[in-house]
Parts: sequence; structure tokens; C-alpha cells
Amino acid sequence: MWLSEAVSSGPQFFYLVPLVVLFPVIGLLVNTAFGGRMSEKAIGWLASAAAGLSFVVAVLLGISLLSYPEGAVVPIVDWITIGELNINWGFQVDTLSVTMMLVVAGVGTLIHIYSIGYMHDDVRFQGDPGRYQRFFVFMNLFIAMMMILVSADNYLMLFVGWEGVGLCSYLLIGFWYDKGENGIGNAVAGKKAFIANRIGDFGFILAAFIMFWVFGTFEFNAVFELAPEVASLFPAAIVAITLLMLVGVTGKSAQIPLFVWLPDAMAGPTPVSALIHAATMVTAGVYLITRSAALYNLVPQVQNIVALVGAATALFAATIAVGQFDIKKVLAYSTISQLGFMVAAVGMGAYVAGMFHLVTHAFFKALLFLSAGSVILGLEHAHHHMEHNSQLKLPMDENDLHFDPQDMRNMGGLRNRMKISFWVYLIGAIALTGIPPLAGFWSKDEILTDAANFNPLAYWMMLAAAFLTAFYMGRQILMVWFGKPRSLPAEHANESPPIITVPLIILAALAATGGALNLPMWHTFTHWLEDSLGHLHAAEFSLQIAGLSSFLVLAAIFLAWLLYGRKYQAMQELPPDKRPDDPLRPILGPVFNALNHKWWVDELYWTIIINPYVSLAHFLADVVDWRFWHDWFHDTVIVGGYNKLTQVLSIQIDLGVIDAVANKLGDSVKRAAAKWRVIETGYVRNYALSFFIGVVLILGYLILR
Amino acid sequence: MIPISYYLIFAAALFCIGLFGVLARRNAIAILMGIELMLNAVNVNLISFWRYATPEKINGQVFAVIVFAVAAAEVAVGLAIFISVYRRRGTVSADEIDLLKW
Amino acid sequence: MSLNDLLVNLNLIMPITILTAWACVLLLVDLFIPKERKGITALLAALGLLVALALVISRAGVATSAFNGMIMIDGFATFMSVIFLFSGLAGIAVAYDYLIRSGIERGEYYVLLLFSIVGMMLMAAAADLIMVFLALELLSIPLYVLAGIAVPRPDSEEAALKYFLLGAFASGFFLYGTALVYGATGSTALTEIVSATTSGGVNLSFLVIGAGLILVGLGFKVAVVPFHMWTPDVYQGAPSSVTAFMAVGAKAAGFAALLRIFVLAFPPLAMDLTPVLWALAAFTMIIGNVIAIAQRNIKRMLAYSSIAHAGYIMMALVPYGQGNVAADTVASALFYLLAYMLTSFAAWAVVIALEHNMGEGRDTDGLSLEDYSGLGQKQPALAAAMTVAMLSFIGIPPTLGFVGKFYLLRTVIEGGFPGLALIGLLTSLVSAYYYLRVVVYMYMRDGEPVVRREPWLYFTALATAVGVVVLSIFSEPLFNWASQAVLKLI
Repeated sequence: MWLSEAVSSGPQFFYLVPLVVLFPVIGLLVNTAFGGRMSEKAIGWLASAAAGLSFVVAVLLGISLLSYPEGAVVPIVDWITIGELNINWGFQVDTLSVTMMLVVAGVGTLIHIYSIGYMHDDVRFQGDPGRYQRFFVFMNLFIAMMMILVSADNYLMLFVGWEGVGLCSYLLIGFWYDKGENGIGNAVAGKKAFIANRIGDFGFILAAFIMFWVFGTFEFNAVFELAPEVASLFPAAIVAITLLMLVGVTGKSAQIPLFVWLPDAMAGPTPVSALIHAATMVTAGVYLITRSAALYNLVPQVQNIVALVGAATALFAATIAVGQFDIKKVLAYSTISQLGFMVAAVGMGAYVAGMFHLVTHAFFKALLFLSAGSVILGLEHAHHHMEHNSQLKLPMDENDLHFDPQDMRNMGGLRNRMKISFWVYLIGAIALTGIPPLAGFWSKDEILTDAANFNPLAYWMMLAAAFLTAFYMGRQILMVWFGKPRSLPAEHANESPPIITVPLIILAALAATGGALNLPMWHTFTHWLEDSLGHLHAAEFSLQIAGLSSFLVLAAIFLAWLLYGRKYQAMQELPPDKRPDDPLRPILGPVFNALNHKWWVDELYWTIIINPYVSLAHFLADVVDWRFWHDWFHDTVIVGGYNKLTQVLSIQIDLGVIDAVANKLGDSVKRAAAKWRVIETGYVRNYALSFFIGVVLILGYLILR
Repeated sequence: MIPISYYLIFAAALFCIGLFGVLARRNAIAILMGIELMLNAVNVNLISFWRYATPEKINGQVFAVIVFAVAAAEVAVGLAIFISVYRRRGTVSADEIDLLKW
Repeated sequence: MSLNDLLVNLNLIMPITILTAWACVLLLVDLFIPKERKGITALLAALGLLVALALVISRAGVATSAFNGMIMIDGFATFMSVIFLFSGLAGIAVAYDYLIRSGIERGEYYVLLLFSIVGMMLMAAAADLIMVFLALELLSIPLYVLAGIAVPRPDSEEAALKYFLLGAFASGFFLYGTALVYGATGSTALTEIVSATTSGGVNLSFLVIGAGLILVGLGFKVAVVPFHMWTPDVYQGAPSSVTAFMAVGAKAAGFAALLRIFVLAFPPLAMDLTPVLWALAAFTMIIGNVIAIAQRNIKRMLAYSSIAHAGYIMMALVPYGQGNVAADTVASALFYLLAYMLTSFAAWAVVIALEHNMGEGRDTDGLSLEDYSGLGQKQPALAAAMTVAMLSFIGIPPTLGFVGKFYLLRTVIEGGFPGLALIGLLTSLVSAYYYLRVVVYMYMRDGEPVVRREPWLYFTALATAVGVVVLSIFSEPLFNWASQAVLKLI
């Protein structure tokens, strides 16, 4: 009854859209102001409720869109008005933005709830329970900023959100800023993320400047309307705008060459990795390109570059993922790889496929991160428990004392101890690898189908990436969950409480069924997005491609089983000093080392960019600034000369002339005052005389003039 | 008919005499008399201007009458002040009234 | 003029009519008010002023002339009337307790105040030299008496005597000037003077000398150098409440007449008169500010300060002949007068609060700078009001004085007199020395100031100080109002 009314109610729900930003803002304000006096539960649930209410609003918007699919722009305030520049803060309500809102708020709410349990333990393991409140404030701030980003009706407001989520990302990566390598590792990771993003943002800003210069506006609708005209007059401008935006995208969505920050971003608490660095923020770049479809469609050459950047990233990151031991690092590289898929898709003009993968990826990658978090928590619990129990502490060796709960080599056999986590993890992994009928299969298959049609090079790269994806996920599953426990904490790990597992189950359900959004026969999602993006071609399901990719996936899993299911277990029997840490190492040799060291990209950047930059800075600072400018020019020329000059000035000029004059002037004013006051003799006749003299002077002047 | 300049010169001379009185006399009452002379010089001016320039309008005459009236009011206030000063100090010599100065 | 005409005309100037009648009635009523309850007279006088104020405001926007063009009721007159009536109210507020404690509480005080205000209002509305003269005397004679109302205090008597003698002397010059103008143009009406001048056939030397003498006569009233000599003695000698009223009301009235006469009647003489005005303004600013430095009696210091401010306002008169900027300069002069009124009353109310009789175990009269030591600690509210007033006098934001100076200097520069503006700027720098010295005494010296805690004084000091600050923030509508007022004048 109520629902049908709502469905027919049409656009009036659109005016609720400011609430998607307002609710999290209220949440964060309340938590900031009163969090100190609230219990942990209250803080967490309040923040979750704020995110949840945003989700409810997003659902209402979605319902309205069913009957009113063209959407609307809901203006709020004039933000900046300078001359011709007039920027409103308006909300773009259409199927594309509401899709993003649903993902952000929906996944965001689940992760908030999960965090209530996770952070409760995390703040205690890290030894600072006071930061619990801060975490949820930042999380709500992130939701608000992300909502601003996806709901903006112009590029500048989008940029506000873009920077805002970047800030939240920085704050949350460095959440345990006093932890990590040498006590500043996490802070360094946050800084790295921020700087890499700044480089991308610089591109975005330049794109915005050119856009304003050419179009005279930032508003989506106006820009897209003018775009064809501008493209015919000024093709270079569109190329420049789209390319510079791509720079922004490579920063925010961790593409080559700016992807290096994302693995380090795993320094943040696991819910942060799930929400910001897997499900939502990093997909902002994909959203940006999709939103700017009208611009990218005009420049096929740029689209080609985008597609290749995406495909190359997908393959490159997938290779690195194979060589990682940190459970979250594997997922991080997997995320980069999957983002590469999405970017490649939108680069080819397959916006639906890209957005579709964005949605399903949000489900299964959030799921994977959160269950990984559950595993980490379980191991930490066990480790903690043992450390404080003298009986259990006895059998612990050196390795166990400096125990890394994220290292997969310390895991194994966990499927018996953490059943729920295992099953949801398995579902997430299957969804990611793309085994039908789970979500990942459908979305990845759609991308591959489009790639096969438009860009064969990208197609082959992505196919290889898909193979590697299945391999590294198989490797991870086998290392974490199967075999025998390889450490004491792994033996004693326990399942996490329901507050953690319930969101996992919900996400698992979504990851399993998310593919239904855009099944090949109905193209529901395609038609849904068509209202925002204009006519879209729907990729026809190709049995050939689906078969090929499925075959590759299964082959990869089989290979993983051979190596990690059998060989790895066999290796455990060897004595520790002769035992390679990974069965691939003997096979691949130095190549595995390269994978493990991420192809030395970080080192490469250090060598070719950062070190020269630092040397240059040193040169500028030490030689130019200090020795030349400071020591010679400043100290010798200026200070020396100045000293000499001031001596002359102070002794001869100042004391001799100015001081004398100033003192004299001040004195003379005072003396004049003292002297002139005597004119007031008190005698009326003198006053009259002065009066008369005045008259004589004035009249004399007037007559003799 | 006597030209107007005669009257004007006469009035100017009268004004200057009054002015001299103000500047030169010490007694406050004498100063006041000087001021009265100045005002009367103005009246002479006004009447002669009226007679020679605008005999058809009466504003010069009216002005002169008003000056009389106001001068009388002023003298009344002035004499009252003088008397009050005289009572206190026993003198109205302008040169001895110099409490306030500088 | 029939009786009916008279009634019609009296109705046109209703606020003035009412105030005059009220003053006459009050003079009689006061006889029946017992000596120890003269507060009733003060209340009634204030009531009359309020009624007149309400009438003035209710008639704002009406532009008409009465008594055959002798009186002009226009925006200019309205603006000035509001200033006069406010100063009257403030004058009563600061006088009430002061008169009691000085032992000079007399009913005539308030009646004379009312008559003087009538004179001032007529002055601002006068459109004929005869009317100006009448109004001038009507406002001056009560002030002569008021200056001496503190008999038997010798300084009060002396102030009255000096004020009277010099005032009458100045009227002589003023009258001589009007007579010459009348002789040159055949008329005393301001509009006819200018039309006669432009149509030719006018004895120009008579006219110029007449204009010069009128300037002298009114310059005495507003206290410009060298016609200022009476000011320090009279301000110091007169009862402080009278001084406060006189410093604002008489000066504003003098400027009202100067502005109206010069802008209306003498634009053709601008070439001759501008240098004179320039020199007067410059000398007044310099001499007023410099001699003030040497003063340690606060009343005398404020007297020189008021001379200096006459110089500032005089600057507005300098470009009066340039039609394109005259409107702006006159408007800025009006605005400055308003600022000056509020600032002055803030300062004087504090001065009056600190003044006390010598004797009764005290060896000071509360009027020297030393008596302000420690005020900042003992009476922070009064000290704050005084500080605001001093800052406003210097022209430091956020005060009305700053806004006023800003408008004034801007129009002077627009009028093509940057040198004068520079003198104005430099002399206000000099003035900072003696104004801030008061602040230094209040906040940085220890002392036991003797302060009279009296609600009306506090109210006046604080209300005007707050007004000085708050109105400076919302000064735009005020200035627009002043501009509107001038619009009908020119």
C-alpha cells in the first residue's frame, strides 16, 4: 500500500536528497560533541544509524526513480558567485548517482555495523580505546563526503567531495599514526596516499580549469549539452580535459602509474580498507568517467588510452598479488586489478559493464576484506589470549612472540575453527574469481565480452588477469583455510561474534546474488542506467567467451590446488631452514622475488623520481638557499651591507638627522602646544583682538585678491 | 539727495568706532556699548540700503527693527551677567576677569 | 497675513511651534514646582522634546516652506532637528543629577535649554538671513545664561561674561555682513541672493565682504580658528552639562546655517571664498589639535578637541561650490555631525560622572587627567565608554568617528583638495596623542577615581558609546539618509 503510493508518488522524494549528506553530518557532529560521554555501543550504533538513514533515503530516491526515471537536479544553495562564475551546490538525482548512493550507503552501513564489533577489539589491541569515537566520526565524515561526491550536479562540487574523501582516506589510513614501521609507518602510508592523490587531483583541477575556460560552467547538464559543439570547434580542449581527468582517476582509483599508495593504505583498520579502499572511494574514478561519458564518447583516442591503462593495471596488479603473503595486501592488489577491469570497461564505452562490476565488486571485495578482518581478529584474539596465559605461553617460540596476524604463512586450517568466516570468504572468493553463477562472473563476463568486441589487446590482457585472479584467490583460500595450522594462534583462533558475522552473511548473500542485477536476458541494470547515460548497447552474452574464461578460472584454481593444496602441505614437513616460504619460489625463482617485491615499482619511483627530487631539494636547500642565498647573499651581501648601512644610517643619519628632527618635531609640537596655549590669556579683549585680526586677514584677502 | 555712499561711510565709521571701543576699553559695560555702536552702524546700513535699493519692500526696515529688539534682549542678559560678576568681584574690568586661561 | 495664514504656517512648523509653546508653558509651570522637585521640570522638558522628535520624524519626507519662504522645512532641517532634539534629550539626561549635586538645580535650566533648541531648529530651517540672525540669537542668548547658571561659582560667571561679550561682538560682524549682502542683492532670502548674483547687476565687492563677515560670525559660533578663543574658557567655566550640550548643539546649529547659506546663496562666490575656507579649516585642525596636547584639564582638552573637529567639518565646506561633489560633502558633514554628537555625549557623560565638588575631604575636582587614573579597573563600563569616545574622536574603527572621517576625507579628495585631506589625516595622528593619553591614564595608572553612580549618566554614556560602535557597522543607511536629506537642499 505504502510502497505503491511511493512508487507512484514520482519526484517529490527527490527533495529528500540533501538528507543523504545531512544524516552522516549530524551523526558525526553528535559523536564529536557528545561522544566523550557516550558508551562505545551508543557511538557505534549512532554512526551506523546515520549511515543507515542515508541508505533509507537512497532507497526512497531509487523508488521515486522507478516512476520518474529522468531524475532531477535539486539545488540547495549558491556556493560561490564570482563574476560570471556561479556555482550552486545542487544534487544530481538520477539513476547513476542513486546507484552510487545505494552502494555507498548500503555497504557503508554494513561496514559501520561490523566496525562496532571490530573496532571494539582493535582499539584494545592497539592500546588506545579513546580512538573508538574518532573512528566513527571519520567514518561518518567519509560517508558524507562520498555522498557529496556522487550527488554533485557540477564538477566543482564533485571535486569538493573528491578532496573530502581523500582527506578521510588520509585520516583513516593514518588512524594508528603512532604505529607501524619505526612508529611512523602508518603515518608515512597516509602521507603517501595523500601525495599520490594530490598528483591526481592536480590533473583534475587542471581539467576543471580548462573546462571552465572552454565551457564557462561546471554543471554537468550544461557541459554535456555544449560538449558536441565544443568538440567540433575545439577538439583539443576535450582531449585535454578527458586526459587530465584520467590523471585524476589514476590517482583516486589507483591505476598505473599512481597505484602505489593503495597497498600501503592497508595500514588503516580493516573496515576502512573494506569501505574506502575497496568498495567506494577508489571507485570514484570509475564513477567520474561514467558521469563524463558524454565527454569521453567524443574522443575515441582517449577512450583507447583509458581502456589500455585499465587493462594494463588489471594484469600488472594481478601478477603482484600472486607474490604477496599479507592477507590484506593480496586483497589490495586484487582491488587494484579489479579497478583496472572497471576503468578498462568504462574506457571502452562499456559504462554499464563498468558500473555493474563496480557494484558487484563492492559487495564481494567488502566481504573479502571484512572476513579477512575477522580472521585477523581471530588470530589476534588467540595470540593475545596466549600471551597473557602462562600455560599457553610456554610453547610459544620466537616467531609466535613477534606474531604478524596478517601473514598468511602463519595461518592454515582455519576453516575448522572459524566456520562462518570460512564460508563467506569462500563465497567472496568465488564471486571474485568469476565462477558462475555468483556476482563476479556476470559482471566480469560482461566486461570481457565488450572488450572482445572493441579492444582485443585489452581483452587478452584482462583474460590473463582473470586467470591470475583465480590463481591468487585459490592460493589465498588454500593458504588461509586449508591444510594444518602453521602457528599456535592459528590453532587456537575462534570465530568472531555475531555483530561481525551477521554483516558478513548479508554481504555474502549480496555477493552471491548480485549478478541478478544485469542478467544477460533482461539487462535490468542497462535499462536503469540508460536514463542517465543515454542509449547504451547491451553486451550480448557470448557462450564462447564465458566458456573460455570459466575454463581459465577453473584451470587456475586447479593449478593453485596443485601448488598450495598439495605441494605446500608437503613442504611443511621439511625442516624450517630448508623450507621455501612459497612453492612458487623454486619454480619461478627470481620472478617470484620480483612479484613479491611488487616489481620494485616503489623502488623505481624512489630512484627515478623521489631520490632525484630529494637530491634536488637538498641541492636547492643546502647549496642554493643555504650557502649561496643565506651564507653569501644574505649574510655577506645583505646583512653585511645592511650592517654597514645601518651603522651609517643609525649614527650619522638617524641620530644626526632623523632622530634629531623627529625628537625636535615631537618636542616642537609639544613646545608649540605649550607656547600657543599662552595665546589664551584669559583677557576678553585679547580674544576680541584675535577675532578682529582674523576679520582683517579674511577681508584683506577678499578685497586685495 | 545725499548719495548712499555717505551713509555707508558713516555706518562704517560708526562700526569702527564701536570696534575700537570693544578692543580698547577695559570696562565691560564700555565694551558692551561699543558692541551696541556696531549694531547701530548695521542698522544705519540696513535702513539706507532699504531706502536706496528696495524702497518698495520693507524687509530692510523689518530687519532693523528686529536688530533693535534682539540687541535690547542681549543687553538685558549682558547687564544681568555684569551685575552678577560685580557682586562677586567688585569689578567689571575685563582685564581683571581672567580666572580661566591657558 | 491673516490669522488663518498664521495658523497654517504655524502648523507647517509644528515641531518648532509646539516646542516654543511648551517652553513658555513650562516657564510658568516651573513656578509651581517646589524647589526640591525640579526633576519634574526635567521630565516635562524631556517630554516636550520627545513630542517634538516624534513630530519631526513623522513629518520626515515633507518638503515645504513657510512664512513666505523665510523657513524651509526639508530633509536637511529634519536631519538637523533630529540631532538637536537628541542632544537636548542627552543634555537633560546628563544634567539631571549633575545639577543636584552641584547645588544649581533650577527649573530655568530646562526651559532655557528648550528655547535654545528652538533656536537651533529654526537655524537649520531658516531660508532667510533675517531668520538666521533671529535663530542665532535665540539659540545664543539662552546659552549665555546657561553658561552662567552656576552662580555664584566665579568660573561660571566668567564664562558667561566672556561668552556673552564675544558672542555679541560676533553678532555685530554677522549683522554687518548680512547688511552688506542685503545691500548688494536687494534681498535677504537665500534663493533670491543667488538669483540676483547670477543675473548680474550686483555689487560684487559688497557681496564678497558680506559673505566673508557672515562666515566670521558663524565661524565664531562653531569655533574655528581664529574665532575660537572663547571656546576653552567657556567650555571650562560653564557647568559641564551645559558645555556638553553647547559643544554639540551650538556647533551643529552653526554648521547647519553655514552649510545652508553657503550652498544655497553663495555658490557663485566659490572662487573667492574657497581659499578662505581652506585656510580656516587647516588652521583650525592644526591649532586645535596641537594646543589640546598641552591641556591637562579634561574639559579644556575636550574644548580644543571640539575646535579641532570644527576644522574637520569645515573641510566639508571647502568644495561647496562644486555642484557635482557638494551634495556628497554636505552629506558627509551631516554624517560627521551625527557621529560627533554621539561621541561627544559619550565623552562628556563620563566627564560629568567623574566631576565633583572640591572640598568635602577631596582636593581635586575630578577634571584633571590624573583623576582618571584607575578608572578602567574601578568602573570598567565608564572607562570602556570613554575609550570608545576617544577612539571615535581619533577616527579609529570600529567607531562612527572613523566612518565619518572616512566619508569626509573621501569627499574632500574628490573635491580636489588632497592637501587639506592630508592635513586632516596628519592632525588626527597628532590628536591620537592626547586622546590616547586619557586611555592610558584610565587603564595603566592606578588610582581611586571618585565616580558618581547615577543611572542617567551611565545610560547616556553607555548608550551613546554602543551607538558609536554599532552604527559604525551599519553606517550605510545612515549615510544614505544624510544624502537624501541633502538631495532636497541642492
